[in-house]
Amino acid sequence: MERAVHDRGGWPTDASIDRTEHQLADWEVLTDALVGALGRAGVMNVDELRRGIESMPADEYERASYYERWLYSIEVILTEKGILAGGELDRSLSE
Amino acid sequence: MSEQDHDHPHAEITNGDEPPAARRARTLEELLVAKHVVRREDVRRMIDWLVSRSPADGARLVARAWTDPEFKQRLLADARAAALELGLDPGPSPVVVAVENTRGVHHMVVCTLCSCYPRALLGPPPDWYKSLAYRSRAVSDPRGVLAEFGVELDDDVELRVLDSTADMRYLVIPRRPAGTEQMDEAELAALVTRDSMIGVAHPAAPARDGGGPTTPATPGPRSDRVR
Repeated sequence: MERAVHDRGGWPTDASIDRTEHQLADWEVLTDALVGALGRAGVMNVDELRRGIESMPADEYERASYYERWLYSIEVILTEKGILAGGELDRSLSE
Repeated sequence: MSEQDHDHPHAEITNGDEPPAARRARTLEELLVAKHVVRREDVRRMIDWLVSRSPADGARLVARAWTDPEFKQRLLADARAAALELGLDPGPSPVVVAVENTRGVHHMVVCTLCSCYPRALLGPPPDWYKSLAYRSRAVSDPRGVLAEFGVELDDDVELRVLDSTADMRYLVIPRRPAGTEQMDEAELAALVTRDSMIGVAHPAAPARDGGGPTTPATPGPRSDRVR
């Protein structure tokens, strides 16, 4: 079985570690809080969040920032559950 | 949080300051509130909780463990219960495991699959902890990673790399620095950095001169030492 993109332990790389400190932006905190609120409401749990993240196409996963992966996952999981219609978020964004 | 909070005007919709994801997140919130999937006040409450978390809570646990050997044993046995004992919020994670660095054993923590971290006690994880480079190399080259963070371990020190999961998160109790024998708990807590509780740094050296400068090569107090 081919190794999944999220399974990074020992992944061959000699990239240096960027230790720049980053204060979370408002939208990042909001995204985190949405997952928390969805969890408390019993709509979506942390394991589902992870499964959604891990379902990202490999190149998208590597390109995306941390909370962009979360946003992707929320949309995938909530669409799967029928809470969002397919493409609904994109339609709302273009309104 | 709202767009109206911006202190400079710009054209509607296009917002050059933030990534498209920012608008996406806000629109998602609007949709979920409109559908009664989540309540706005619950989202606000989560935001308040998230921004209230900081490494100061973890530092209190460590400082207490340094000064109270019986508390340290309770912390090592059940970190959730020990946090509750100090009135701290250990968060929703079912298990938080505290591990102790000693003269002979050093622990460092990673989450190779994602970003699991004792956020309730340490605040949000730093970006580097979530980075692909750290997640890869903490496993394949942990001593090299530690060196990059400025930590050189003696060859005879055993290095244990702990891989976190959503259900089991780790907090490192770093070694108490030498020259801190006269410090009280609050002063000690101020030395305990976030990174030292992830295992990629030593605690800060005491500012006041209590017996000469400390270096990583100098053996500090024994881990089981009672002040």
